[in-house]
Amino acid sequence: MSEWLKKKSTQQAASKSFVYLLLIGGSILFLIPFIWMLSTSFKTLEDVWVLPPQWIPKPFIWKNYFKALTVLPFFKYTINTVIITVSCIIGTLLSASLVAYGFARMRFPGKGPLFFILIATMMIPGQVTLIPTFILFKYLGWIDTFLPLIVPTFFGGSAFAVFMLRQFFLTIPVELDEAAILDGCTPFEIYWRIILPLSKPALGSLAIFVFMGTWNDFLGPLIYINSMDKRTIALGLQAFMGQYAGEWNLMMAAAVIFLLPCLIIFFVAQKLFVQGIVVSGVKG
Amino acid sequence: MKLTRTEKREALTGYLCISPWILGLIIFTAGPIIASIIISFTNWDLVTSASWIGLANYQKLLGKDPIFWKSLQVTLYYTVLNVPLALIFSIAIAVLMNQNVRGIFLFRTLYYLPAIVPAVATAILWRWIFHHEFGILNILIGFLGIPPQKWLVDPHLVIPAFVIMSIWGVGGGMLIYLAGLQGIPSQLYEAAEIDGATSWKKFTSVTLPMLSPVILYNLIMGIIGSFQAGFTTSYIMTSGGPNNASMFYVLYLFINAFEYFKMGLACAQAWVLFIIILVITIIVFKKSENWVYYEGVGKGR
Repeated sequence: MSEWLKKKSTQQAASKSFVYLLLIGGSILFLIPFIWMLSTSFKTLEDVWVLPPQWIPKPFIWKNYFKALTVLPFFKYTINTVIITVSCIIGTLLSASLVAYGFARMRFPGKGPLFFILIATMMIPGQVTLIPTFILFKYLGWIDTFLPLIVPTFFGGSAFAVFMLRQFFLTIPVELDEAAILDGCTPFEIYWRIILPLSKPALGSLAIFVFMGTWNDFLGPLIYINSMDKRTIALGLQAFMGQYAGEWNLMMAAAVIFLLPCLIIFFVAQKLFVQGIVVSGVKG
Repeated sequence: MKLTRTEKREALTGYLCISPWILGLIIFTAGPIIASIIISFTNWDLVTSASWIGLANYQKLLGKDPIFWKSLQVTLYYTVLNVPLALIFSIAIAVLMNQNVRGIFLFRTLYYLPAIVPAVATAILWRWIFHHEFGILNILIGFLGIPPQKWLVDPHLVIPAFVIMSIWGVGGGMLIYLAGLQGIPSQLYEAAEIDGATSWKKFTSVTLPMLSPVILYNLIMGIIGSFQAGFTTSYIMTSGGPNNASMFYVLYLFINAFEYFKMGLACAQAWVLFIIILVITIIVFKKSENWVYYEGVGKGR
């Protein structure tokens, strides 16, 4: 028996080290592109063309980042992108939560079929509505403004956003609503004072999804924005690549700057998600 | 069926709440869908007035547009390569991430990281990685004795290159599988162990069947995603080249619409894509009855 246990424990130790070997090997493969990007971004242009490549640049050129930031109106692009992103987050959170509240709490004729339509719209590929929507905005005279990128989010955000919030609202006990009604609250007050404050984790994660989607969007700005000074970072970065073709050190620096907010939000959001789970767990 | 006063009030409030979405549905979904069908039967460049040409756009696409067929072929090739590989890698990594070892949270973050890199940044980064002379990929495969390849310049390698890039970002799919794996009751594994099952046997007889609904979900999402894939990356990395070898379906649609201003043709392309995706999704769903196991439903119908 002890012989058998011994054999089993050595087997387990062997399999554990095999797991570590795979985990570490795999993470090196997944991280190499990041390391390569960082390494290139600190090199002189001459060092970019050295074989075999040096992983730790010598000399270490911080100036690439300043150059990437100043050579383009990066500051202006960032402001543009932030305006669009913040507006889309506000639009989605406000309108999707109101629509979701209607679907989760109110009874009205036709609710079932309407909700089915909402789900069905998720299956239509974006390419189908792309061109007529473009034409609509063209006729409204909204081309080369931020409006085509922002305004649609105020009409329910997206089907996904409504669906996600509705699922969350359904987990909030109806007794809270009923108590509030007894206290003389109107449905809108219940939405604003009870449902929204209790849904902070869900609203938080939705805000992160919207942030990622808007910050990274390339097709939207490409179609709707023409002027240089109205470009978003994604669009500016693509133009930057045309201008500085071959200057991979500057391009990597620019890509790192563009990527950084996503990384920061990802790490902050991980905490937020865990907090959301903890808070709802304690409350539930 | 008559509503009481309070019921009427509630219904009215309900309609008021969902009214932004109803308006959005009409303006940004239903309206454009109808418009798109109509435009697809016209010849419209946005400047001169549109003329009705019936099915001519569809006939042109399916009949004598070689780039259309090329784009379809490119997209199919990408899908056939990408979907199974992404499936295998994301399940394998999810199984690895489900191991009970120290520091696993750090590894989960590391493997997920590429999934949050914006497409534009991914495109720029990988253009440099694939550089035929100084790119890191050629240097790495050089250690394995493989000669340097002209990834983005070689018509035979450009799609495999896009697939490699896509595999780097499998973190999103991996997370869904991980959630699925964590939902598998441990009693099943214990029972299999008592029966003397090996690790591989446990994987094929417990893990895969229990995971099959999640696999179906990811498979369908993967197919839909792959058919619509490649716009941002191919636009930035290759502009559809070399010799249209990376002319993804959606890139050609974009070029027709916003470079040649052939709005009718582009709308027709969008509808053909929709029908292709619909048909393939239905086929996958129908075939899935043979291999997807739903607990509580029981085998056999």
